Amino acid sequence: MLNINKNKDADKMTVALEGRLDTTTAPELEASLKEDIDGVAQLVIDIEKLEYISSAGLRVLLAAQKIMNKQGSMVVSHPNEVISEIFEVTGFCDILTIE
Amino acid sequence: MKSLKLVATLDNLSNVLLFVDEQLEAADCGIRTQMSIDVAVEELYVNIARYAYTPEIGEAEILVDIKDDPKACEITFIDSGIPYNPLEKEDPDVNLPADERAIGGLGIFMVKKSMDEMRYEYKDGHNVLTIRKAF
Repeated sequence: MLNINKNKDADKMTVALEGRLDTTTAPELEASLKEDIDGVAQLVIDIEKLEYISSAGLRVLLAAQKIMNKQGSMVVSHPNEVISEIFEVTGFCDILTIE
Repeated sequence: MKSLKLVATLDNLSNVLLFVDEQLEAADCGIRTQMSIDVAVEELYVNIARYAYTPEIGEAEILVDIKDDPKACEITFIDSGIPYNPLEKEDPDVNLPADERAIGGLGIFMVKKSMDEMRYEYKDGHNVLTIRKAF
C-alpha cells in the first residue's frame, strides 16, 4: 500500500509518501510523478511516513533525481532509520539531497 | 522450519512477505531487522518471479528457519528455473553521481550489504539461495 499526496504551488511540488515503496507500488509513484513533473523547479519528496523502500523504489527516486538535475532541484526529506540505512549502503545518500 | 511453496509471480510477492513477516514477528526479531530482511526477501523473490522461468512461469519455495543459539534467521529460496548465481554478479559502483548511475542493478547488492551471509548452490536441478541474518 502506498499513499501519494501531491501538492503543487507554482513551480514547487511536494510529494508526501505514506506506506511502502516496493516492486508493487513503485510504478504508481513513477506514473504519478511523470504526470506532474513538467515545469517543476523544486521537488520535495517527503518520506516521513514511508515505512519501507526496496530497490524498485530507489529506481524511481533515481529517475526523478535525473530529471530534476536538468530542470531544478530535488530534496528527499525525513527518512526513517531503516530507510536511511538503505540510502547509505546503496550510495544514495551521496546522490540524493536528504534532509 | 516453515515453508511456503507458490507460483512465482509478482502478484504473490505480498504473500511471500506476509509469510516471512509472520515467522519473524513470532521470533520477535525487532522491526529494524525485520525491515532489512523484508527488503532482501523482496529482491530475491522478485528476481525469481521475473527471470527464473521466463517466458514460462514456475514455482518457488521459501523456507524460514529461526535459529536459537545464537539468535538468527536463515531464509532459503528454491526454484527450478535457469541456473543463476547472484553472488557472481558484479557490484554496481555506488560512488557514481546520479547521471552516471544505471537505473537498476542495486537489488542483489543491497541484499549482500544488509545480510550477514549469503550462499548459493545449484543442486539437483534447483537454484538454492540462502541468506542469514542475526537478530
